[in-house]
Amino acid sequence: MNLLAVSKLNVRFQTPEGEVAAVSDLSFTLASGASIGIVGESGSGKTQTAYALMGLLAKNGRASGEVIYDSVNLLTLSEAELNRRRGAEIAMIYQDPMTSLNPYLTVGDQLTEVLQFHKAMDKRAAFAESVRMLDAVRIADATKRMSLYPHEFSGGMRQRVVIAMALLCRPKLLIADEPTTALDVTVQAQILALLQDLRREFSTSIILITHDLGVVAGVCDSVLVMYAGRVMEYGDAQNVFHDAAHPYTRGLLHAVPRLDRAHADAGAIAVGSRLNTIPGNPPNLLALPSGCPFVPRCIDRSSACLTTPKLEDFAQGRQRACHRLVNELTDLDAPHGTTK
Amino acid sequence: MSTPLLPLLDVRDLKVHFNVGRTGFMPWSPPRLLRAVDGVSFTVNAGETLGIVGESGCGKSSLARALIGLNPIASGDALFAGQSLRGLSKQQWHEMRANMQMIFQDPLSSLDPRMTIGNIIAEPLQAQRPDMSRAEIKAQVEQVMERVGLLSNVINRYPHEFSGGQCQRVGIARALVVKPKLIICDEPVSALDVSIQAQVINLLMDLQRSDGLALVFIAHDLAVVKHIADKVVVMYLGRTMETAPTNALFDTPRHPYTRALLSAVPVPDPDIERNKVVQILDGDIPSPINPPSGCVFRTRCPQADAACGEAVPTLNVIAAMHQVACLKMSA
Repeated sequence: MNLLAVSKLNVRFQTPEGEVAAVSDLSFTLASGASIGIVGESGSGKTQTAYALMGLLAKNGRASGEVIYDSVNLLTLSEAELNRRRGAEIAMIYQDPMTSLNPYLTVGDQLTEVLQFHKAMDKRAAFAESVRMLDAVRIADATKRMSLYPHEFSGGMRQRVVIAMALLCRPKLLIADEPTTALDVTVQAQILALLQDLRREFSTSIILITHDLGVVAGVCDSVLVMYAGRVMEYGDAQNVFHDAAHPYTRGLLHAVPRLDRAHADAGAIAVGSRLNTIPGNPPNLLALPSGCPFVPRCIDRSSACLTTPKLEDFAQGRQRACHRLVNELTDLDAPHGTTK
Repeated sequence: MSTPLLPLLDVRDLKVHFNVGRTGFMPWSPPRLLRAVDGVSFTVNAGETLGIVGESGCGKSSLARALIGLNPIASGDALFAGQSLRGLSKQQWHEMRANMQMIFQDPLSSLDPRMTIGNIIAEPLQAQRPDMSRAEIKAQVEQVMERVGLLSNVINRYPHEFSGGQCQRVGIARALVVKPKLIICDEPVSALDVSIQAQVINLLMDLQRSDGLALVFIAHDLAVVKHIADKVVVMYLGRTMETAPTNALFDTPRHPYTRALLSAVPVPDPDIERNKVVQILDGDIPSPINPPSGCVFRTRCPQADAACGEAVPTLNVIAAMHQVACLKMSA
């Protein structure tokens, strides 16, 4: 049973420089208790996708298409109806744990407010439930910490508070936008382990938005790779990581230095081999090329790429948007693979 | 050029301390000391890359800034080609910066928004080489722009017209233009997109190979450091936990902190990620104003016992060029 079905989601912004297509024809489904990773670089539309799902787009933005959650289209709901669902059924964790907490209110006030609003709890019950949730995200001394202000917490602790706040009403869907990007790796490991535990415990579905392929590999069942607002590849995490079928996904996976790969030729003065790069710069959404947006940076482009490729099924449960056949693409793992 | 026996940069028990407020409210109460860097030693040879890794608050940026004269050195010393960097006059620092340059983390905010790209890159050269004519400077600026992959027609543009990756190329060009022997890179790629990060890393490695540059490469991304560095220093709360040649450090990490750090790095491979055992470190990094007694890592260390609170562990050699500061390793 699908908890969420997004189909043909489009997000457009009206700007003084013209209309910007931040997200184009995005479709995916998410089962109850499952997790999906949305991966992409800056300007890929991953964060605007999250905002569109939550009804949080900036004033000059419009979302069209369908976001079916619990057999209602979230995009057609009024603000009041959205407010009933946001925080209660669908919750979001933002990237920067400092700016998503109110510096003037104690952590306790901010947590209990959620329960008082959505669950109509009295203060005492809300306080007790908030303490329980802080315990669940492993904040020691939770009762004492309820009276502290956000600045009295470290970055990792603040992100735990934000996660606790998001989970207070036991949402069915959690949207996490770069939840660990601002954190150190050891703290990131704590938070990711926590998210996994909470997912099991509360059977929450998770949409994880990140640029870090490693984080997705650990947490997500399926992966959606976005570029310039379009889906390039969509499939099971195993398939996308081990057998990427789009030139962009392949390029991205080969551009990251990896800890599990040997360091080449140490001892000599010039060590290390060259990383595979994706030539050029991230796309400017105001001046996208016609056809496939990845064309200017693609090593496998052909004349067919001047028309926009459709996102199509090419194997069981896998989709990609590329005119070239999978076996025509450059094999970056080959010993003499193209290294531009 | 220094004699081959002398390391290009020799850092000896370097300490960087900051006064932060007072212990009491009275004007005569003694100042509190933040020990950002508390006794770090390493050497960098010509053409070599030293990686410094650690989490926020470990003192890696304070260390970098001290090496280039932006933070005062409290004690210890740093020698560049045998010459001490302590107590240099303004004029001496000026001369020293012909040999040492720095690349900063945030590519856009480290460039003056009111200067053109050409002027930003020319500025260090004008400061270092007042004898050069405008035409000579322009020629050299264009040459260095080409080397870092900037087209010469952008010379009159302003920083805000560029993407993050291009701004970082400007930052690299500005550091390179005076032909330094050593560049200190403070998180040079952490603000960049993955595909652009790879371009900048390749550029730095190419430049290093062709010019015999030495790099001090500071990063929190261990995979990047593994890729680029010859040897690595792992810092925690201002101290060195472990230092070793890159392969030794990543293949056989010995310090509990290094091990936890390495296990925490996510690898883009679902099979590895889902089956690996991450050593979760509890809690957060303590305050450098009031660090734990003895070993600074003991409050989060899975192996710590009472002895760790009593003595500060010294760096012990456990293999060739491999040193670890842990009481459990000294036996």
